[in-house]
Amino acid sequence: MILDAKIPAGPLAEKWGKHKFNLKLVNPANKRKYDVIVVGTGLAGASAAASLAELGYNVKAFCFQDSPRRAHSIAAQGGINAAKNYRNDGDSVYRLFYDTIKGGDYRAREGNVYRLAEVSVNIIDQCVAQGVPFAREYGGLLDTRSFGGAQVSRTFYARGQTGQQLLLGAYSALNRQIHLGKVKMYTRTEMLDVVVADGKAQGIITRNLKSGAIETHTGHAVLLCTGGYGNVFYLSTNAMGCNVTAAWRAHKRGAFFANPCYTQIHPTCIPVSGDHQSKLTLMSESLRNDGRVWAPKTVEVAQKLRKGELKVTDLKEEDRDYFLERKYPSFGNLVPRDVASRNAKEAVDEGKGVGASGVAVFLDFADAIARLGEDEVRARYGNLFDMYAQITDENPYKTPMRIYPAVHYTMGGLWVDYNLQTTIPGLYCLGEANFSDHGANRLGASALMQGLSDGYFVIPYTLGDYLATIGPKPVDASNPAFAKTKQDVEERIAKLLSLRGTKTVDEYHRELGLIMWEYCGMARTAEGLTKAKGLIHALKEDFWKNAIVLGVNEEFNSSLEKAGRVADFIELGELMVDDALMRSESCGGHFRVESQTEEGEALRDDDNFAFVAAWEYAGENQPEVLNKEALVYENVKLTQRSYK
Amino acid sequence: MSGNMNLTLKVWRQPNSETPGKLVTYKAESISPDMSFLEMLDVVNESLIHKGEDPIHFDHDCREGICGMCSLYINGQPHGPKRAITTCQLHMRSFHDGQTITIEPWRASAFPVVKDLATDRSAFDRIQQAGGYVSVNTGGVPDANEIAIPKVIADEAFNSATCIGCGACVAACKNASAMLFVSAKISQFALLPQGQPERYRRAQSMVAQMDEEGFGSCTNTGACEAECPKEISLVNIGRMNNDYLSAKLFRQEEIAHHQE
Repeated sequence: MILDAKIPAGPLAEKWGKHKFNLKLVNPANKRKYDVIVVGTGLAGASAAASLAELGYNVKAFCFQDSPRRAHSIAAQGGINAAKNYRNDGDSVYRLFYDTIKGGDYRAREGNVYRLAEVSVNIIDQCVAQGVPFAREYGGLLDTRSFGGAQVSRTFYARGQTGQQLLLGAYSALNRQIHLGKVKMYTRTEMLDVVVADGKAQGIITRNLKSGAIETHTGHAVLLCTGGYGNVFYLSTNAMGCNVTAAWRAHKRGAFFANPCYTQIHPTCIPVSGDHQSKLTLMSESLRNDGRVWAPKTVEVAQKLRKGELKVTDLKEEDRDYFLERKYPSFGNLVPRDVASRNAKEAVDEGKGVGASGVAVFLDFADAIARLGEDEVRARYGNLFDMYAQITDENPYKTPMRIYPAVHYTMGGLWVDYNLQTTIPGLYCLGEANFSDHGANRLGASALMQGLSDGYFVIPYTLGDYLATIGPKPVDASNPAFAKTKQDVEERIAKLLSLRGTKTVDEYHRELGLIMWEYCGMARTAEGLTKAKGLIHALKEDFWKNAIVLGVNEEFNSSLEKAGRVADFIELGELMVDDALMRSESCGGHFRVESQTEEGEALRDDDNFAFVAAWEYAGENQPEVLNKEALVYENVKLTQRSYK
Repeated sequence: MSGNMNLTLKVWRQPNSETPGKLVTYKAESISPDMSFLEMLDVVNESLIHKGEDPIHFDHDCREGICGMCSLYINGQPHGPKRAITTCQLHMRSFHDGQTITIEPWRASAFPVVKDLATDRSAFDRIQQAGGYVSVNTGGVPDANEIAIPKVIADEAFNSATCIGCGACVAACKNASAMLFVSAKISQFALLPQGQPERYRRAQSMVAQMDEEGFGSCTNTGACEAECPKEISLVNIGRMNNDYLSAKLFRQEEIAHHQE
C-alpha cells in the first residue's frame, strides 16, 4: 500500500491555511444528521468532542474512568508550549517548529509540526477564555518558563498542575455540550473493537464495565483519543488504566501502527523502591529550571554515599560532577529528555549511582534555595516537593532529590495522514494515540499542545471533509459487520474467562515489562532485541494457557479487564521489538548501541531511515508488513543534533 | 526504614448497590513500609486471586494524587490518617506492625456503592454539567493577554481550581454535604473576569442540581476542609452563599447593573 500523508503543497507557512480552504464543508443544517464517536476524553478527546458538538454534530463520547475528569492528561505537570513571544526573547512559530523538529531528531513530518506550532497560539487564548487559571505576573499578564530543548521561555503553566487545569477546561466545555444534549457521555465503558463495514469505520463495540453489557454504537466516523501505551513496560509514569486496547484492536482491523518502538524515557522520575511497586512518579521537567543534576565524581565516593559513610550534604563541590552542565554548556540542565536520560544511565552504569539501589542521580536545589530563598522555591515547585517527600520520606528542601529515568510517553501510535485519518477511512486518531508530531523524541510541554491542537483546532476542520464526502444518510446497523464484530468480542471474552491457570495477569504484565525495559528500553542491541522476541513469544503462549482470570462477564470484573489489556500489550510488545530491530540507527529516545557517535551521542542514519515505519497487520501469528512513508524535509537541514 | 509489617484488614465487601455489604477480615503479610496503601491492597489482591477468591474492588488510576479517582475511608477518615493527601499517596510507613485497619467506601446516599469500595460519584459530573463552565465556543476568542488579571486574584482562583473531585468532603461531612466541592468550582469562575456574565445564574443552577442529587446541608462544621486532600478552603462556601443569595435577592439585570 502506498501511504499518502496528504501534506498540502506550497510554502510551510501557507499549507494549513490553504488546506482549510480546500477542505469540503458540511452545511449547518446537515451537521445534526451526523453521529460522531469519540473514544477517550482526555485533552484530545474532550476538546474534540466539545468542539464537534459546538459545530452541531451529534457526539457520543466514551471513557473507561468514572468521569471524563480523571483522564491521565490530568497528571501532566509542567506546562504547555505556545509561540506567543510575550517575552520578546526571539520566539516565533518558525522557532517552535524548528525546536520541535530538531528535538524529535528529524523523524517527524514538517507539515504537521508547523501546523502544531501555528495553532499553539490559539490554544492559550482558548484556554484563558474558558477560565483556565494560568500563572500570572504581578502586572496581571501571563507568566512563562523554560523547558528542555529550547532557549526561549515559551511554556505557559498553572503551578505544577497544568494538565489538570487544561483538562478541567476541556471537561467543562464537554460538560456544557452534555448539558445542551449535543454530547452523550458513556463513562465506565471500554471500547473493545471497531466496526469496519464496507471499508469504512462505522461503529464500535463496547463493554459496560459495571454490568458487562456488550453494546454496539454506530457513527459516521470514529475518533480514537485513547492516549499512549507506555504501560507495556508495566512500570511507567502512566496511570494504571492507560492501555493500548482500542488502538490495537483498530490495528488488527486495518489501521497501520507507526514507529511503535519510539518510547520517551523521562529523565526525572522518583526511582524504583522495590518489587511491590505499581507505577512510577514523575518529577516535572520544569524542576530543571532551578535544579542541578549531578552524580558523585568517583565510584569510591558513590560507594561511600550508598553505604551511608558519607552524607550527601557534606560532599564537597569538587566531589560532584554536574555532568549535564559540563557536557552541554549552552543547554545545561535543560537538554532534551533523551539526552538527559542517557547521561543519567551512563553515570549509573559507571557505578556512580546513588540511593540504596544505586540506580539514581541527584537533582539538587541547594543553589536555588541559596539564591531565591526557600519560600520562592516553594512557590514555584511546592506541590512537587511535597509529593516527593510523601513517596520517599525524604525532605527535598534539605537533601537533593534522587531521580532516575522512567518510561513516560510514547511517540509511536496509529499512523494518520495530515487530516488525522488512519488507514481505515472514517477512523481518526488524535493526541498521544497517533504518531505524527513528535518524531523520535518529544520535547517537554508539547504533549498538552498536541492533544489540544488536534481536538480544538484540527479535527473540527478535517473531519467535515470526510463527512461531506460520505453524505448524511444514516449508518446501516444491519450490515453483517456489526453482528460479526460483536460476536468476535464476545468470543474473546469467553476465552479469557475460561483461563483458570496458576499465574495472575499482573504477573504476566510485570514479566512483559521487565523484558521490554531490559531489551527495548533506554538502550537496545540487535542481540538483545532478538532475544526479547523469543521471550515475548513464549510469554504469549503461556498466557493463553496458564493465566488466571476469575469471575464472570456480568459484573464489575477487574481481572477480566486487565486480562484483555495485558493480552494486547503482549502482542504490541512483539511489534515494538520488531520495529526496534528493523531500525538499526539511533534517533531520539531510541538508542541503538551499534549506532553512536564517538562522543556517545545518538547517531542517525538519514540515508536509510528517514522514514516512518507503518506496520500492517497480516493475520494471527503472521509477521507484520512494513510500509514506509518517506520523510521529506524542504525547510530544515538534517544535522547531527547538538545541545553543546 | 523499619522492617516489614503484618496487618489485619477489615474490608467492606459488597457485590453491587442492591446487595447488602459486610466487613470481611483479611491478613496482609510482609508489607513493606515503602508501599503505598493501594500497593498494599494490590498485594492482598494477588494472594486472593491465587486462592481463587474475588479480589477487592477499589477505584484508582493515576496514583499520583491528582486524578481524584481513589477514595477509601481508612480507620474512619477519608484518604486515611495523614493531612492533605489522597489514598494513593498514603504510604504504609504511616501504620505499624500488628495494626488493624478498617477500610470502607465513601458513605453518602448521593454516592451509591458500585462494588466493594468503589462508589458512583457521577452526581459531581451532573452538578458541573448544570453550569460549571464558561460558555465559550472553540475559536474566535480574544488574545490571552487582552484581559489582565491581578496575580492575587489568579492565584486565589487557582486555589479553588485545584479540587480533584474525589468526594472526600462529602464523605467527611456528617450530612454528606457537597458544598465544598460545588463552592470551589463556583469560586474559580466567580473570581475570574471570564466567569462574570454567567456568575449568578451559575450559582443558582449548580446549587439547584446539588440539592436534586440528594446531598445534605452545610452546618459549618469544617470536617470537609480538614479532610480535603487539596486543602480547599471554607472561604469558598462563603463566596458561594454570597453569590447564591445575590442571585435570589436581585433580578439578573440589577446584578448586571450593580457590577458596572
